[in-house]
Amino acid sequence: MPQSATASTGNSKPRLSDELSNDRLLEWLRSMQLIREFETRTMQAYQQAKIGGFCHIYSGQEACAVGTIGSVNHDDPVVLAYRDHGHALARGMDPKACMAEMFGKLEGCAKGKGGSMHMFDKPNWLFGGHGIVGAQTPLGAGLAFAARYEWEVMNKGGKKVALCYLGDGAIDQGAFFEALNLAALYSIPVIYIIENNGYSMGTAIHRHSANSENLLARGEAFGIKSVKIDGLDILNVYDQFKPLVDECRDLQRPAFVDFKTYRYQGHSMSDPQKYRTKEEVDQFKEKDSIANLLGHLMNERDAINEDSWKAMRKEIQEEVREAVQFAENATDPDIEELYTDVYANPQPNLSPTAEYKHGAKNPLL
Amino acid sequence: MATLNLVQAINLALQQEMQKDDRVIVLGEDVGPNGGVFRVTEGLHAQFGDDRVIDTPLAESGIIGTAIGMAMNDLRPVPEIQFEGFLGPAYDQIVNHAARSRSRSRGAITVPLTIRVPVGGGIHAPELHSDSPEAIYAHSPGIKVVMPTTPYDAKGLLISAIRDPDPVIFFEPKRVYRSFREEVPEDEYTIPIGEAKIVSEGDDLTVVTWGASLFQCIEALDNAPDDVSIELIDLRTIDPFDMDMIAESVEKTGRCVVVHEAAMTCGLGAEISSRVQERCFLHLEAPVQRVTGFDTLMPYYKLENEYLVNAKRVGQAIEEALAY
Ligand SMILES: Cc1ncc(C[n+]2csc(CCOP(=O)(O)OP(=O)(O)O)c2C)c(N)n1
Ligand SMILES: [Mg+2]
Repeated sequence: MPQSATASTGNSKPRLSDELSNDRLLEWLRSMQLIREFETRTMQAYQQAKIGGFCHIYSGQEACAVGTIGSVNHDDPVVLAYRDHGHALARGMDPKACMAEMFGKLEGCAKGKGGSMHMFDKPNWLFGGHGIVGAQTPLGAGLAFAARYEWEVMNKGGKKVALCYLGDGAIDQGAFFEALNLAALYSIPVIYIIENNGYSMGTAIHRHSANSENLLARGEAFGIKSVKIDGLDILNVYDQFKPLVDECRDLQRPAFVDFKTYRYQGHSMSDPQKYRTKEEVDQFKEKDSIANLLGHLMNERDAINEDSWKAMRKEIQEEVREAVQFAENATDPDIEELYTDVYANPQPNLSPTAEYKHGAKNPLL
Repeated sequence: MATLNLVQAINLALQQEMQKDDRVIVLGEDVGPNGGVFRVTEGLHAQFGDDRVIDTPLAESGIIGTAIGMAMNDLRPVPEIQFEGFLGPAYDQIVNHAARSRSRSRGAITVPLTIRVPVGGGIHAPELHSDSPEAIYAHSPGIKVVMPTTPYDAKGLLISAIRDPDPVIFFEPKRVYRSFREEVPEDEYTIPIGEAKIVSEGDDLTVVTWGASLFQCIEALDNAPDDVSIELIDLRTIDPFDMDMIAESVEKTGRCVVVHEAAMTCGLGAEISSRVQERCFLHLEAPVQRVTGFDTLMPYYKLENEYLVNAKRVGQAIEEALAY
């Protein structure tokens, strides 16, 4: 296994992540910090009522989006649930488009029509955040089916894998079991990544899911390769996840990942969090994934120092500040947007639309 | 008499029915110690414990399907679905099982089940959290659909729903949850399913509505010229709805405007309008008007107020009907 010049000193065993260049890791550090900062400003904007609806903050789980998306190709499709800002940014969505979406502005990634839960970015192969918990899991199988079909039947492009994220709450949905069965039956290259943050809204995993210490058994029941990953250390994520991706891509078959992580904020912006203690949250904050990688880059690789870290953070703050500014100044949707994008073509008989009734122009337009 | 909001009135009805009949149990996502997303079941877990207030997995099909089995075997389950959009995964169980069991078993196996669901827009939430699917369920024979708007009606209708021998979807307009209070008797009382209510009497025109749109209609009535007298009906039960009260009113006024938040096409307004035409044809002075949501998805919050029915649109329809 190749060893980088500044290979881990504390740990004598060589790790796959040792081969990652300093630049790549610095990029990941930046990406995680960007998500953290973005979410901090998102919470502010929400509290100022500039963001409406429901808003789910990703802080604490950054190593998942950045580490897993960092282990696949740009054209590998990604689909997930509603806690989706982090994945969108990790996938390369412009923070401006992401923030504008939440502000409900036309320049948002979905024309400001979806908000926080609906991040879509086709050029970045992001097939959406989805609001019905668990419903994205069969979609993941379908995305991967199509990718395999293109490669195998249509001789188009190379082998792909699809990443489908879901929470520990979503594993209880019937749709997920159906998806696992389909994926295994047809050998579909989709990786189900369970972002196991221990809670489904306010219900702890042992209270919402049977045999929850052994989630892997669920993947294994379908003969799907199933792996547990400590998701707070992004180097470890790469060590374990990259070989899994390579294997799924190569053999064109599914995988199941119990990805241990933790969310720092409440479930949504209105969550009194009576179901957990501050001590528990603090315990996880001590194992923070950003601090973790920073420590590694500073102490073991000498790739960043206090000054350059400060400069990086400042730059990110500026970038996110600009995104908020952009979102504020972006365009409010026109009322006619109520009728766009329902069908490919405008349907004159949608009522009451532009043609209001008895052929008269809708007075509201 | 206590002054309660909609949340408190529903909570009181649940608490009293649970007290009275230990077959009544509450289940759903986070309904226990957390008291549900809108805190409607707050305190019930503390009072009745794990056996009767059950935090479920995130699995709507499982929740409703299990509740159907419980009801078939003589419990009186009152599951909560967090938002109307999440009825989707449970649709099969509701329409293909709860609604049909009585008929399918020729009356032998019945499903006394009450599904509580917050409904409608106006709280800045996106689609799936702001929809109005009442007509979908009204279109399915075998399941009753109720949508009270006021705390008083909610308490009385929920008690009726829980005691009803057939399955009921109990829609709670979430915009109204904490928007106002009114006096609600401590003592138990029921309001029969299927009875509408005259909110204000009038002679010139009938407005029929339900759910949170009631308040936009009241505003429109307030804005109407003093010499026009409008009768306002709150339907309260969507299915089976009170056609007798509507017909009696329209026969008196000769004009009818139906107002609902749900999309127009195949909405309940179409059914009401058609029945008015069938029953009151010779009394009608104008075509029945509809003021509804658009035939599009509920938009994100920037356009929410454009989508929702407002007093201005209701006022326009009233004017048109009067001028016809
Ligand atoms: C079908 C459905 N039911 C319920 C909800 C409400 N809801 C949104 S998120 C959530 C908890 C999901 O927890 P988990 O899957 O662990 O994801 P996390 O929030 O931890 O990221 C619930 C109950 C929903 N959006 N869709
Ligand atoms: Mg979770």
